[in-house]
Amino acid sequence: MSLVAIKNISKSYWRDSLEIPVLRNISFDIPEGEFLALMGPSGSGKTTLLNLIAGIDRPTTGSIVIGGTDIGGLGETALAQWRSRIMGFIFQFYNLLPVLTAFENVELPLLLTKLSSKERRDHVEFALKIVGLEERMRHYPKQLSGGQEQRVAIARAIVTDPTILVADEPTGDLDKVSAEEIMKLLDRLNSEFKKTIIMVTHDPRAAERAHLVRHLDKGELS
Amino acid sequence: MKIFKIIFKNGLRHKLRTILTVLGIMIAVTAFGFLRTVVTAWNAGVSASASNRMITHHSVSIIFTLPIAYRDQILKIPGVSAISYANWFGGVYKDASDFKNFFPRIAVDPETFFDLYPEFGLSSGEREAFMKDRNACVVGHKLAEEHGFKIGDIINIEGDIYPGTWEFVVRGIYQGRDATVDETQMLFQWKYLDERIGQLQQGRQGEVGWYVLSVKNPADLAPVSKTVDDMYFNSRASTKTETEKEWQQSFVSMSSAILTSLTVISYVIIGIILLVLSNTIIMATRERIREYAVLKTLGFTRGHIIGLIGGESMLIAVVGGVLGLFLTFPMAGAFAKAFPTWFPIVVVEPLTIVLAFGAALFAGLIAALFPAMKITRMNIVDGLRTIG
Ligand SMILES: Nc1ncnc2c1ncn2[C@@H]1O[C@H](COP(=O)(O)OP(=O)(O)O)[C@@H](O)[C@H]1O
Ligand SMILES: [Mg+2]
Repeated sequence: MSLVAIKNISKSYWRDSLEIPVLRNISFDIPEGEFLALMGPSGSGKTTLLNLIAGIDRPTTGSIVIGGTDIGGLGETALAQWRSRIMGFIFQFYNLLPVLTAFENVELPLLLTKLSSKERRDHVEFALKIVGLEERMRHYPKQLSGGQEQRVAIARAIVTDPTILVADEPTGDLDKVSAEEIMKLLDRLNSEFKKTIIMVTHDPRAAERAHLVRHLDKGELS
Repeated sequence: MKIFKIIFKNGLRHKLRTILTVLGIMIAVTAFGFLRTVVTAWNAGVSASASNRMITHHSVSIIFTLPIAYRDQILKIPGVSAISYANWFGGVYKDASDFKNFFPRIAVDPETFFDLYPEFGLSSGEREAFMKDRNACVVGHKLAEEHGFKIGDIINIEGDIYPGTWEFVVRGIYQGRDATVDETQMLFQWKYLDERIGQLQQGRQGEVGWYVLSVKNPADLAPVSKTVDDMYFNSRASTKTETEKEWQQSFVSMSSAILTSLTVISYVIIGIILLVLSNTIIMATRERIREYAVLKTLGFTRGHIIGLIGGESMLIAVVGGVLGLFLTFPMAGAFAKAFPTWFPIVVVEPLTIVLAFGAALFAGLIAALFPAMKITRMNIVDGLRTIG
C-alpha cells in the first residue's frame, strides 16, 4: 500500500460567488521513500496541491489518505497534532522566527512534545549537525545567509523525525551554489534517513535530484 | 526554551514601542489610583462618621452659637445616652500663608469628648493631664509629627473669632484608632475658652458651637432629632439636629460636582489604558501574521496562539500596572504633604489598588481578545501567503 493515496480531489476558491477551480479531479499515489518533484507553470496549483497533502488546507471534494489516516476526517486540533508528528515543512522563504536563535527555531516543534529539555537539546543539536550548522546555534536568522537560513529550516523540519517532508520551492530564493547544497541535503535525507519527500519546484536542476517528476498544468496532473 | 520565552522575546521585539506602551499604562494606572485616592480623601470625613452620633447646631448657621444650658435639657431626652459640646476656635498659628499651619483648633469638653469619640485614642495618663491644666491641649499624632510638637511644648495662637493671644501647653498626643481618623486636630479645654472670653467680652460666656449627642439605638436618631428641634423651635436659639454623616456631607456636597467629574475621569482613564494597549497588540499581531501561520503549520493549536498573544498583552499590562501602582504611593504621599490639613486622611485604599491593577489586567485581556480571535480563525494558507 502506498504512503499517500490521493483520490479524486478538486479544489476551488471563491471570489464573491464566482468559483475559481484550481485543481480538477486529481488522483495519484506516492509510495513510501519516494522523492517526488511537482513541476508546472506559475499559478498551476502546485502550492495548493502540496498544502492539501500537508494537511494545512482542505480539498473541496475527494479524499487524502496518508499512512492509513483519512485526514479529511480529522478536526482542527487532531489535524494539527497529526501534522506535528507526520509532516516536516520547508518553505521558499524559510519562515524562521526572527526573534529566535537557530537553536530555538529548531527547538520550536519539540515544544509540542513531552521531551525533557535535555532530550530536546540532543535532538536539536543532532538536527543542526545533519545540516552542518552546529557552529551557528546561537545565531539569529538575520545573522545567517539565505542558504544557511534554509538549512536551519530543514533542521526544524526534520527535528521531530517526521515521515514526510514537504518543500515548496526550497531553492526558489537561493543562488546556484546554495541551491545545490540544499538539494544535496534533501537527497541525503531521502537516501540516508529514508524520508519521503514531496517537493514543488520549477527549477529543472532541482527536479533532477527527484526520482519522479509529475507535471501540473491548469489544475490537471500529467 | 518555553512558550514564556517566546512571549518575552516577542514583547521586546520593538523595544521602544513596548517601553512607550508600558509607560502609557503606568501613567494611566497612576492617574487612576491617584484620582481615586483624592476622591476617597475628600469623602474620608463622611465615611469616618459614626452611625450613633448626632450633631445639634444653630438652625440658621454654624456660626451662631447655642446656650450651654441646652446641655442638661437635651441629656434628659429619652434615647440620648451622652452629650458633649465644642466650639470652633479658628485663630492664626505662625505664618498663615503656609498650608500646614491651617490645622483645626477646637475647644472641647475634656470630661466627655473622648467618651463620645472612642476612635480618638489617648492614654489615661494623658487624658488626666489634659483635664488638670486649664490651658492644656492635645494634638493629633500626625500634627505633632508635622510640627515637632512634644509633651510640655507651648503653642501660641493669635485669636480671631476669640480675640487675644492664646497660649496652650501640649499635654497629650492622640492616635487615631484607624486610618480614617483625622490626626491633625488640636483640642483644648472649652472652659479655658469660656473663662477667658468672659473676662474679655462679657456676655460671650456660656456659648457652645455645637453639641454632640450619642444615642444607644440607631432607631432613636430620628425621634431624638425631632424632639430636640421641636423643643427649641420657638426659643431665641433654635436648633438643627442631624446625624454626624449628614452634617459632614453638608461640607463636602458643595464639591460633589467636582468629585463626580474626578470619578468619571478615572473611568475614562481605563478606556485610555485599553486603547494604548490595543493599539500595540493589534500592530504586533498584524506584522506577525505569517509567523503565527507558520506556528499553526508546525502544529501549534488555538490555545498556544491565544497564550502567545494574550501572554504578551498581559505581560505589558502587568508591568505597566505594577509600575503605576508603585508610583501611586509617592504621588499620594506628596499630595498629603502639600495639603496636610485640607486632606487629613490620604490613604491609597486596598480597593483602589485592586481597581487600578484590575483595570490594567482587564485591558490586557480585552486588548488581546480580538487579535487572538482573528489569528486563530485565520486560514493557515492565507496566513502563509501574507507578505510581511
Ligand atoms: N486563497 C486563495 N484565494 C483565491 N485564489 C487563490 C488562493 N490561493 C491560490 N489561489 C489561486 O489558485 C491558483 C493556484 O495557486 P498556487 O497553488 O499558489 O499556484 P502555484 O504554486 O502553482 O504557483 C492561482 O491562480 C492563485 O491565484
Ligand atoms: Mg507556489
